Amino acid sequence: MLLCAETANAPVLVPEVSQHDIRVEQGFTGADLLLYGAILPPEGQPPEYQSGADDYDIVVVVEGPPRAVVVREKRQVAGIWINAASTNFRSAPGFYAVASSRPLTQIVDPRTAAIYELGLDWLQLSPIGSIDPAREQRFAHGLVDHMQRMGLYHEAPGAVTISHHVLYQARIALPSSVPIGDYTAETFAMRNGRVLASGTTRIRVDKQGFARLIADRAEHAGLTYGLCAVALAIAMGWIAGRLFARV
Amino acid sequence: MEVYLPIANLAVNGFVIIGLGVLTGVLSGMFGVGGGFLTTPLLIFYGVPPTVAAASAASQVTGASVSGALAHARRGGIDYHIGGVLVVGGVIGTGLGALLFRTLQAMGQIDTAINLLYVIMLGSIGSLMAVESLGAVRARRTGRPVTARRRRHHPLVASLPLRWRFYRSGLYISPLAPLLLGMATGILTMLMGIGGGFILVPAMLYILGMGVNVVVGTSLFQILFVTMATTMMHALTTRAVDLVLASLLLVGSVLGAQLGAVLAQKAKPDVLRLVLALIVLAVAVRMGLGLGWRPDEIYTVIAQ
Repeated sequence: MLLCAETANAPVLVPEVSQHDIRVEQGFTGADLLLYGAILPPEGQPPEYQSGADDYDIVVVVEGPPRAVVVREKRQVAGIWINAASTNFRSAPGFYAVASSRPLTQIVDPRTAAIYELGLDWLQLSPIGSIDPAREQRFAHGLVDHMQRMGLYHEAPGAVTISHHVLYQARIALPSSVPIGDYTAETFAMRNGRVLASGTTRIRVDKQGFARLIADRAEHAGLTYGLCAVALAIAMGWIAGRLFARV
Repeated sequence: MEVYLPIANLAVNGFVIIGLGVLTGVLSGMFGVGGGFLTTPLLIFYGVPPTVAAASAASQVTGASVSGALAHARRGGIDYHIGGVLVVGGVIGTGLGALLFRTLQAMGQIDTAINLLYVIMLGSIGSLMAVESLGAVRARRTGRPVTARRRRHHPLVASLPLRWRFYRSGLYISPLAPLLLGMATGILTMLMGIGGGFILVPAMLYILGMGVNVVVGTSLFQILFVTMATTMMHALTTRAVDLVLASLLLVGSVLGAQLGAVLAQKAKPDVLRLVLALIVLAVAVRMGLGLGWRPDEIYTVIAQ
């Protein structure tokens, strides 16, 4: 866990995540992450004694491992829709969810949002070889739209609840199709569009047990894995044939 | 029953997949086709990535054809000589198919290619079967027999060099003809995740001119080995065979196949063929519409 205070009299942020290890194993149907923590006022003052307008905004971002992707665009060619154009992006997060106590546009200005990658419009996707900003924008939108449909990108304005000006909590759901890898959960305490304090927590998503065994064998022992699949198919077909032949 | 598929990377309802296996198993038991032509599109429709769907459906077809092939072998309904040539062609075909698969995937056209193949293959075979079986049904109703087509291989087959005698099939033709046919079905198996029975059977009857008594058994024999080769090829190249998905499909389809075999004995064969033709056509039309309609998703994202 990493804690950093932005300014001298900034509040102290103590973020925590309900699960640091997400085990993708047989029966995994997704996970519900609870991100919670406390915002402690500077110099240990209890919140009641703070001057007015001390309500913080909290923004929580969960981001999955970045990977290089190809985004393909379909166009109608000779009556059928086929992939006609593509653009490469060097680092699209495999998962991205942002929850905030109010709609993001009311909390941050575009500059801050871009710096901290707050919101789906501000992801740093690092396009490769594209010179036309309009085209780049179009493909980036396409990417975000596709990932949203897959349930892997998600914006949840108002999903962070703050109680007693001190405790905050947010739930972020990971679907069963989350990519495995190292995730970061970043929490930002903000006021007047500025980041006052932030903290980062790491989460590891990994296949475990049987699911891990299968994925590992498929990747590293293709021959044995294939033979197993064939043997299984023949055995099951044969057994069923024998069972029913007797009835 | 939620089941996590470790290769497809998602959780599915196990009963839905088993049900899908039963459905295609019934088809395979009733009609002697593998049913892969229905499994792959339905799996994709359910959200399974296309490559995983095609790779895992192949092993389902293996399972569904085992008991059929064994039954035909006991009755002497397999011409191992021509079957062997078909298998060799089929295995070469899966290799070519794997190369083609990789090339199309790199070009980003694999999905379109698979869809187009489905529309063309299923559309043409389905229409042929529908016309033929409608004729047969009408003939039975009116009591007028259809003029039997003279069993003779296609003139193109006769023009191929080198001739072998295939005694069980009653043929004296070039082995290149079944070799090429085997290769074609091998490529289709690799690309579409189908066994190719519904292409193989008519081709054996009308192009090679094989005897009716060995056609179904020999085609099952070829499908059995070619789908095994396909599973191996996918396991070694695309690494997209999902054992959990394949097991669920297998449980459903081997049971469904037995059920289908029982049902097949009670129905009239020409009506059965007509029903199969309509199912095949329906899949073709659905896929054709999918190509022509504006898709929900213009953009797709593929991790590298």
